Amino acid sequence: MNVVAHPAGMTRGFPIGEPVLELDGISLRFGGVHALTNISFNVLAHEIRAIIGPNGAGKSSMLNVIGGLYTPQEGTIRFHGEKLSAMTPGKAAHLGIGRTFQNIALFKRMTVLENIMAGRTLYTRANFLEVALQLPRARAEEIESRERAEEIIEFLEIQHIRKMQVSRLPYGLQKRVELGRALAAQPKILLLDEPMAGMNVEEKQDMCRFILDVNDHYGTTMVLIEHDMGVVMDISDRVVVLDYGKKIGDGTPEEVRSNQNVIDAYLGVAH
Amino acid sequence: MGYEILFFIEVLVGGLLSGVMYSLVALGFVLIYKASGVFNFAQGAMVFFAVLSLVGFMELGLPFWAALPVTVVLMVGVGMATERFVLRPLVNQNEDTLLMATIGLAFVLEGLAQLAWGVEVRRLDLGIPDVPIMWLADLTGIFVSTLDITIGVVASVMVAVLALVFSRTKVGLGLRAVADSHAAALSIGIPLKHIWVMVWAAAGIVALTAGMLWGARSGVQFALVGIALKALPVLIIGGFTSVPGVIVAGLIVGAFEKLAEVYIGPYFGGGIEGWAPYMLAVVFLMFRSEGLFGERIIRRV
Repeated sequence: MNVVAHPAGMTRGFPIGEPVLELDGISLRFGGVHALTNISFNVLAHEIRAIIGPNGAGKSSMLNVIGGLYTPQEGTIRFHGEKLSAMTPGKAAHLGIGRTFQNIALFKRMTVLENIMAGRTLYTRANFLEVALQLPRARAEEIESRERAEEIIEFLEIQHIRKMQVSRLPYGLQKRVELGRALAAQPKILLLDEPMAGMNVEEKQDMCRFILDVNDHYGTTMVLIEHDMGVVMDISDRVVVLDYGKKIGDGTPEEVRSNQNVIDAYLGVAH
Repeated sequence: MGYEILFFIEVLVGGLLSGVMYSLVALGFVLIYKASGVFNFAQGAMVFFAVLSLVGFMELGLPFWAALPVTVVLMVGVGMATERFVLRPLVNQNEDTLLMATIGLAFVLEGLAQLAWGVEVRRLDLGIPDVPIMWLADLTGIFVSTLDITIGVVASVMVAVLALVFSRTKVGLGLRAVADSHAAALSIGIPLKHIWVMVWAAAGIVALTAGMLWGARSGVQFALVGIALKALPVLIIGGFTSVPGVIVAGLIVGAFEKLAEVYIGPYFGGGIEGWAPYMLAVVFLMFRSEGLFGERIIRRV
């Protein structure tokens, strides 16, 4: 992989800052299945944080806890130091936690542009009458949303497909549109669920570049799950390693790579 | 003008006016279909439930202008209850599950309506005479009833307002988003609950309007549940997802069945009004299965 995160000598647009997300003692059970057991880690502002682990390690569960889809039985989540209780996906969206899905969840009957415009939902306030009568607020919002959407379309280099219905697009581009829709909501934290799953090498390189560019340009904090170890080690600032729902490693890619537990559980056997 | 032409115009106008009513019934289906990708089996039951409640409130002594808003509130309540007790527990389930849920809902609504108001056929008097407008008849020689004209106007206004809401506002965009993916809609902050309540409440109000207009013509009775069947050819011809589509298709079906009855009917011994629209629908299914304005569904294999 020839995409390198923040090569030496280049400063990043947004230096890594304070913790924005702190997970403490998270345990999640489905009946008798312990999906996550006592997991604690934090995410710093503007960093790219990866969660890795073999199949069934609890990576997706972890992401879904942050995204409010699952409610853990134990543990606390703090967002900017504030304790969150009873998270829901809707609440996560309002807090500025955006996400993409492992099995692309686009609005498949809409065009690329419409999908990305839909990402602006949180920023449209004008009611029916204002829209129908084209009152100033409705017009201003419409213009702002369009500008934002076009900016993202340009950023992700998908101008040529902007009017196309998304279900007709190849997989790699659909993933990119999904990233675009999440970006349109201007998230503070972006959760990426296997952003490169099922992609060929070229598509993976593109996606890596976009993830790094988004982080650099918008300063978006990213939490991503990924299978491809090479990719993770290249683009992440820090990595959490899960195995059987337990945390077995946490640190920079170099630290994780040399962690014996990690080598035993993951690098040694898989791949 | 010759008698032949006058008669043709009269049949056509009559057909178009009843077509508007078909559009109205079909519109209720389109709303729900757009929001959940589900054919709402309960739409006919909602029509029955709504207008029977209206008549019921009037029998309790409420004047029409008081009973109407009360029934509107009731239908909004039904929409909210449907969201809370039927849809919310089924978030992220597939469309077949939701379809089955609407069948169940149909039985519940039919049962509740008859439990509360009884089963006998009622008259609904909207105070609009069902007699030809004489000055129009004198002027043009065409006989059209005041009730027909009123129905046409009310239905048109309703259709126009809904078309505007769902094509131009964020509710409309949210609706289409929710239909495609619950999880994704939630992740960008589309309030799933509000969208569903709004859509079901709107479908309830459309059902009430349709029930009133049909009930005024043919009596308020259980048979109203069956007008859902009248909407089927309209939906097939217009496309399940298109508001303008069902409007045009409703007019086509209305005009086609009346003209067919009058001009082709005699060759078959009459009575083809009942099945002519379905024949038309079958032709559409063969040659243009997505309907006039529907979205072509492309599936990757």
